[in-house]
Amino acid sequence: MTQTMTGEKAAPLPPMGTGGFLRWAWRQLTSMRVALILLFLLAIASIPGSVLPQNGTDPVRVDDWIENNPTWGPLLERFGFFDVYAAPWFAAVYLLLFVSLIGCVLPRSLTHLRALRSVPPAAPRRLDRLAGFQSMTDSRSPDEVLEAASEGLRGRRWRVARGDGWVAAEKGYLRETGNLLFHVALVALLISVAYGALFGWRGNVIVRQGTGFSDTLTQYDAWGGGRLVNPDNLPPFAFTLDEFLVEFERDSSQRGAPRLFEANVTVYPSPGAESEAQTIRVNEPLVVDGAKVFLVGHGYSPVLIVRDALGRVVNDQGVVFLPQDGNFTSTGVVKAPDARPALGIQGLFLPTAAVDEIRGPHSTFPAPDDPAVFLSAWTGDLGLDSGVPQSIYRLDTANMTQLGLESLRQGQTWDLPEGIGSVEFAGIERWASFQIAHDPGKEPALISAMLALGGLMLSLFVRRRRVWVRVSPSETGDTVVHVAGLMRSDDADLQPDVTELVDILTEGRPVSR
Amino acid sequence: MSATTLAQWSNMAVYAAMFILIMALVAFAVSFAARGRRAGVTATSPQPVSVGAAGPMAKDNPEAPASAAVIDESGRRAGNIGMSLTWLATGVLLVGVVLRGIWAERVPWGNMYEFSLTMSLGILAVFLIVSLQRDVRWLGLPVVGITLLSLGLAVTVLYTEAAQLVPALKSWWLVIHVSAAVICAGAFTVSTMITLLYLWRDRAERRDVVRGMVAKLPDAQRLDTLAYRIIAFAFPLWTFAVISGAIWAENAWGRYWGWDPKETWAFITWVVYAGYLHARATAGWRGRRAAYISILGYVSLMINYFGVNLFVNSLHSYSGM
Ligand code: HEM
Repeated sequence: MTQTMTGEKAAPLPPMGTGGFLRWAWRQLTSMRVALILLFLLAIASIPGSVLPQNGTDPVRVDDWIENNPTWGPLLERFGFFDVYAAPWFAAVYLLLFVSLIGCVLPRSLTHLRALRSVPPAAPRRLDRLAGFQSMTDSRSPDEVLEAASEGLRGRRWRVARGDGWVAAEKGYLRETGNLLFHVALVALLISVAYGALFGWRGNVIVRQGTGFSDTLTQYDAWGGGRLVNPDNLPPFAFTLDEFLVEFERDSSQRGAPRLFEANVTVYPSPGAESEAQTIRVNEPLVVDGAKVFLVGHGYSPVLIVRDALGRVVNDQGVVFLPQDGNFTSTGVVKAPDARPALGIQGLFLPTAAVDEIRGPHSTFPAPDDPAVFLSAWTGDLGLDSGVPQSIYRLDTANMTQLGLESLRQGQTWDLPEGIGSVEFAGIERWASFQIAHDPGKEPALISAMLALGGLMLSLFVRRRRVWVRVSPSETGDTVVHVAGLMRSDDADLQPDVTELVDILTEGRPVSR
Repeated sequence: MSATTLAQWSNMAVYAAMFILIMALVAFAVSFAARGRRAGVTATSPQPVSVGAAGPMAKDNPEAPASAAVIDESGRRAGNIGMSLTWLATGVLLVGVVLRGIWAERVPWGNMYEFSLTMSLGILAVFLIVSLQRDVRWLGLPVVGITLLSLGLAVTVLYTEAAQLVPALKSWWLVIHVSAAVICAGAFTVSTMITLLYLWRDRAERRDVVRGMVAKLPDAQRLDTLAYRIIAFAFPLWTFAVISGAIWAENAWGRYWGWDPKETWAFITWVVYAGYLHARATAGWRGRRAAYISILGYVSLMINYFGVNLFVNSLHSYSGM
């Protein structure tokens, strides 16, 4: 096969006429040279996505980047450089590569099938110039020697042909089989990935300790699915987060690094089904109803009891605060549109509080050793009725007036000025964030990848080689035996095969040479 | 033995290994530069007479010497000393790595310092395994040189106190994935050294000036084949490393492939080496051009290792720095 591939000449000019041109273009596309160039293009096209921030992983940094580079940012965005792996030009490269691959592999498979059914070609007339050549004499008749050779070779799984005065044998067809399997498996891998992208979905959700989640679209904080997914038909499981455990390194240079986090949950696999207790850890997702639930993050939700001017409680729950750094300096807001008057509270939660002149209030350790909240209270129009969707983690203070600032330790209460209400820092809860994913393409992808690996190993480790025996009677009445071989892959050593053949011939020999 | 003593012993073993490697480097340098008798310069490759290869098959055995006269004695002895010292250094380094693992109570690859130690071990191991099958004393100088570079960076720039792993790294897949990747890194390093020597030798052969040190190398064809064989071994292993990484990522992050910079560069490295294998089967690309491609593959491997760990914001940034 290699021979036909390597025999290509430099491309001639395209012929006239559409048919001729198409045939010419196809031959170009499926040539090894073009495959090589496309492989390079694929490598080069992958690079920008590792240098520029990508929308898929870090949309916030993408926005920053565009803002900081007013000339290049919008231009690069237009050409998909912040979504490289979904960009049309990236798809063009790999689709062309795979078209080329199919166009290359199909004809090769046919050739290979034919080769599998044919017998090795006749031995060359003279063996003495060939690799591993050896000459010896044998007291058996020429026919007996050839018989012994072909029997022995067949027994060692060579494919053997016998002719007048010669035996030819070939081995190592698995090399080409493996190579074809490898390339076909790559196509299967691509199809599996595409299948997973079309039928898979994933979503993210934050669950406070003591509360639950059920798998419907409205419960997700963020959700994305393939084009062929029906978001109304998600698997109907549910779970509650009963307890969240976390530990941090206290000494050594990596102080503050997480050492353990795990979520104890109660799972309801389907409505009405028996519930079961489970633990979700990093690296140990929960598998339920075809979906996988991964623990991806965690944080604190300080319990802020907010009362309004009438003394009514407008919030008594833990509020999800998002961590801003490795020591869990966290921010969050409470919105109380029903309070009289409407209240909004911005807060900073510090598990281990410290204040300094440069950084202001911040946390120095991720565990709640010395917790405090720093609050800023606002009143006025929260902007919730404007119709513009708002983040629940941000307070739009454009139409609000600030009431004041205060810091609280656990158990303390802040009476807002002018009797507008109060805020009590009543306790600390935790929350965990989960990614829930369903990818029906991942098993086929894994199988394809393993097949590709298997094919690759055959293709690289099996050696394709031929050996020959030629016999002629000598003047003394003995038989002169010539053996030699040919290695069809340029990298390897033929000696073991010729030695094997010589062993076959010497084994059954009555008189030594 | 207390934990800190273990750590000190580990560091001492690493320094000892470096010291022995420096001596090996000197020995290989002497061997390389030794000017001895050089008859029949064109076919010089300091191969030993392998017993049993004589007889009618000798001319087809690629390992057989062209003539015993070309082997120059002093160079050979220095080369042997270099090999022995390299074995010793590898053993000592292995002790250092194992002690570090015992100290940290986990596999010793939690940060870049430890990666560099294990990668150095990988380079030496691949070199020594190759040396069991053929005479590669001519390769000692570059291989020991680059290992020393890697260890030197490890103990100076990358050194980190051992610590436990962050939870995301606690997985059996880490052990499998990283050990495959480390062996690959070692093998690709060795093949790259051979490829560089190949380019040097090839240039000399084409200009017909095979004199001096370049004459000590095996001929270009053989260097090319040896580099190919090592890559042919490492490429499937790299494929496996990428697959096992994907399995691990699926378990840890909920997706098997996310185009994270580390994954992207692993992919680029894979594609470039696939390009190398194709180039070897394409007219007009085999030989030197294929060699350049394999060097590009190594460059992307190094970008993945240093560039992504230190400069890029990646899920895989566990350098510990
Ligand atoms: C996704 C794209 C491709 C990848 C990743 C890829 C990868 C590989 C690899 C790793 C090998 C090495 C196995 C060996 O040497 O036996 C190989 C061999 C080969 N590939 Fe591809 N390939 C791709 C596309 C193609 C295309 C488009 C063609 C046809 C033009 C092609 C034709 C071949 C041939 C003929 C060999 C055998 C070379 C030999 O005999 O050494 N491949 N390929």
